[in-house]
Amino acid sequence: MYEKDGEKYFVVDSHMHYWNAAPDNWVPGAEQYAKGWIECFHAYQGLGPAETHWPIEKFMKYSEEDLMRDVFTDGYVDVAVFQPTYLKEWYAEGFNTTERNGLLAEKYPGKFILNTRWDPRDGDDGLKELRHNVEKYGSRGVKLYTAEWRQGSRGWTLKDAEAYRYLDACRELGIRNIHVHKGPTIWPLDKDAFDVSDVDHAATDFPELNFIVEHVGLPRIEDFCFMATQEPNVYAGLSVVIGGLMHARPKFFAKVMGELLFWVGEDKMTFGSDYGIWEPKWQIEGFVDWDYPSDEFSDFPRVTTATKKKILGLNAAKLYGIEVPAEYRLDPGEGTPAAQDDAALVP
Amino acid sequence: MTTLLDAGPVLAALATVRDPELDEPITALGFVASATLSPAGAARVELRLPTYFCAPNFAYLMVADAYDAVSAVDGVRRAEVVLTDHFAAGPINDGVAARAGFAGSFQGEAVGELDGLRADFVRRAVLAGTDLVCRPLVGAGVEPAALAALTLGEVPPSPDLTRLRERRAELGLPAGDGAPLLVDPATGGPVPVDAVPLHLRKARTTRVNIEANTGICRGMLQHRYQTRGQGEEDA
Repeated sequence: MYEKDGEKYFVVDSHMHYWNAAPDNWVPGAEQYAKGWIECFHAYQGLGPAETHWPIEKFMKYSEEDLMRDVFTDGYVDVAVFQPTYLKEWYAEGFNTTERNGLLAEKYPGKFILNTRWDPRDGDDGLKELRHNVEKYGSRGVKLYTAEWRQGSRGWTLKDAEAYRYLDACRELGIRNIHVHKGPTIWPLDKDAFDVSDVDHAATDFPELNFIVEHVGLPRIEDFCFMATQEPNVYAGLSVVIGGLMHARPKFFAKVMGELLFWVGEDKMTFGSDYGIWEPKWQIEGFVDWDYPSDEFSDFPRVTTATKKKILGLNAAKLYGIEVPAEYRLDPGEGTPAAQDDAALVP
Repeated sequence: MTTLLDAGPVLAALATVRDPELDEPITALGFVASATLSPAGAARVELRLPTYFCAPNFAYLMVADAYDAVSAVDGVRRAEVVLTDHFAAGPINDGVAARAGFAGSFQGEAVGELDGLRADFVRRAVLAGTDLVCRPLVGAGVEPAALAALTLGEVPPSPDLTRLRERRAELGLPAGDGAPLLVDPATGGPVPVDAVPLHLRKARTTRVNIEANTGICRGMLQHRYQTRGQGEEDA
């Protein structure tokens, strides 16, 4: 929890990691990709405040103690959601797998929500693994990477018939939240790998599932916004938005937040630190203190304390059924979005 | 030691090459690490990008466009454009040097050329440019109905207007004095009065997206390289 000026914020970090990208985990022959990947992540950390930067050696493999301190002790987070990223073509044991995350989740009950993943190209074996992970870890969410190039396949989309089999299985297994990575990626080649139109199709056909678009489609925020405004079950995952822009480019951060509040709305935006790229502490402190910097932004929806409470934790708590203590909840009637007039513009 | 000539004309040619997503010259963005011209007419350009994993399709377009632009400079007999520090530098550099096209450069991994992708991003640039041109007008009190009736020739001249007209011309959209200020970037058709508020909203969001991406890319590049690029301009 975080407290400022008498206001109490329940914090759910809905997008974070526990990875091993050190040389001991690099696949022989793919070292340049494993190294290039983590160096790229490390450059993102450079967009945060200087005093929060880590040396590359620590960044490649931070410890359990680092994570528990940065996220919970110093970082105000009440519940953190692990989002796995496999990348087994480069990292022998995977970059950040369900199993690796599971070690911490088991050791610290109540602190973590353990999401798993699937890839429709794994066919029946992948479905088996998904069932196994749900049984073993109780996963209620998944993280998907549609743009991943693999063995001659140049990615996949949520519209594919095979993906629908997996979405059916999610529905049946009680998985509610589908986090889709639409952001910086690996092998898009001749397609636009950031295309979010497949989320549109799946969200329409699976209304009982929630689709959280991580990194809000960056670098295609406009496509994401125009789509999300039409789908009640599409959410904006703010990982990278707060970490990558709030400190480094505050004016653009304000504009992006304004756009998201207008098109998507404060009830459908979720905070994610993207730890270990960025520590949650400065992001939460900065976001609670944040407002539009000038009158130039007067035609964007207003930001209230209730807006921030929802984004920092209450929205994600609802998605994952996390019990929020009474003192952190909003009073009845508090936090009604102020964008009613603007919403009339949206078809 | 080989003496090098003034590479100014080479840099000027590179300034006509844009990052297709960010709609800014690769020189201004700091992507040109070096540009030289030898007395024998050999131009050599090194390009750099914000990350090792920047999308290879856009990287390819920039390398290929740079090659074409530099090759067309007076006095250049041989052009070499090399992308550095990028996971797909090998196939991109070899493919561009061999004029293999994108699909030829990525045998088995790409089936088409990038013309459609490029056009899609010029359409976004048109929409973003519409916000740049219209925002001051709206601020001065011009109502949606008046905006819908305005022609390009009636808008006060500005660099933003020039740029908007250039991008529209690139797409084959009407760009002359008598053309409407507001057009649908996909069809070139006019925007009806009642659709103007939403059109402007979309234009602004598109501009915000491009600006935010540019901010992230510039920040990543600065973190990756401590040196300034040739012709780099601050945002």
